[in-house]
Amino acid sequence: MSQFILYKENTRGHANHGWLNAHHSFSFANYYNPERMHFGVLRVLNDDLIDGGMGFGSHPHDNMEIITIPLAGAIAHKDSMGNSAVINAGEIQIMSAGTGVSHSEFNALEDVQLNLLQIWLFPNKKNVAPRYDQKTLDVAARHNNFKQILSPNADDDNVWIHQDAWFSLGKFDADFETEYKIKKAGNGVYAFVISGEVSINGQVLNKRDAIGIWDTDSISFKSNSADAEVLLMDVPMELN
Amino acid sequence: MQTTILYIGRDTEITVVMNRLLNARPEWKGICVCSDEEAISILKAQDVDLVLLGNGISPECEKVLRSDIIALKPQIKIIQHYGGGSGLLYGEIMTALG
Repeated sequence: MSQFILYKENTRGHANHGWLNAHHSFSFANYYNPERMHFGVLRVLNDDLIDGGMGFGSHPHDNMEIITIPLAGAIAHKDSMGNSAVINAGEIQIMSAGTGVSHSEFNALEDVQLNLLQIWLFPNKKNVAPRYDQKTLDVAARHNNFKQILSPNADDDNVWIHQDAWFSLGKFDADFETEYKIKKAGNGVYAFVISGEVSINGQVLNKRDAIGIWDTDSISFKSNSADAEVLLMDVPMELN
Repeated sequence: MQTTILYIGRDTEITVVMNRLLNARPEWKGICVCSDEEAISILKAQDVDLVLLGNGISPECEKVLRSDIIALKPQIKIIQHYGGGSGLLYGEIMTALG
């Protein structure tokens, strides 16, 4: 029997620092809710709005798989591995922090607000060599399709990480229905609605709502609006 | 009353950041080291409420370190710190301290 938990948009943690308007799906920084610590190995889902030219100066990370998906605008990234890059909407960036890495992230544009999703997963192996990757996503391929954008397999399209996790993005026409098969036994799915209205396993979700589902091998999906866009995160439910 | 937190890592830069983050809160006193020997000396010399294990500690070293810490302070809480920065720190510590 599948189990689920709803995460409504207005129950997320919120911190407005002026230049940064952040919504936290799970406990992060000064937002602490013992009931919202993680969904399986998914520990952080931050939905950040960052003013033009502003951002996070150099800061360290370790032992975390960090995935950044810009929804609007562009991020300027620099790190201690020597990477210097701009990640635009329609691209994805991953960083395996492993033994330790420092990086900075800024809105690359002065006059356009940046909206990004930053996602942290606990790794399946500690103290790996730090690693960076960035890919352009096939936006057309996600029309009425959950297009895989991340996996644990280096041979797959798009990016890979040190965790048995699969991410997919889909953009759907109204009334489109499909089923998503969970990739690995023991994984659950955290579905985050980027835009529009959808029904997942019969639960109606609107923009920025989410549902976590586990103890099942598939989920049913229906788009209720013409602009529905959803990120599925298929992640292990057991912490390593 | 301050909670004394000992952070043990391997990366000097992260250790400096952790020292700043832990001591930024008046309710916490942070002591951050990169050496297991230094950590054990500190545990012998003073009371510590919580130990955070940071980056780069090999499984073998962690096993020995945990064993040495428990031998000295059987009641102490030892947790893994993930992330290397401020994002998860508060939640980790609050959860550990109950």
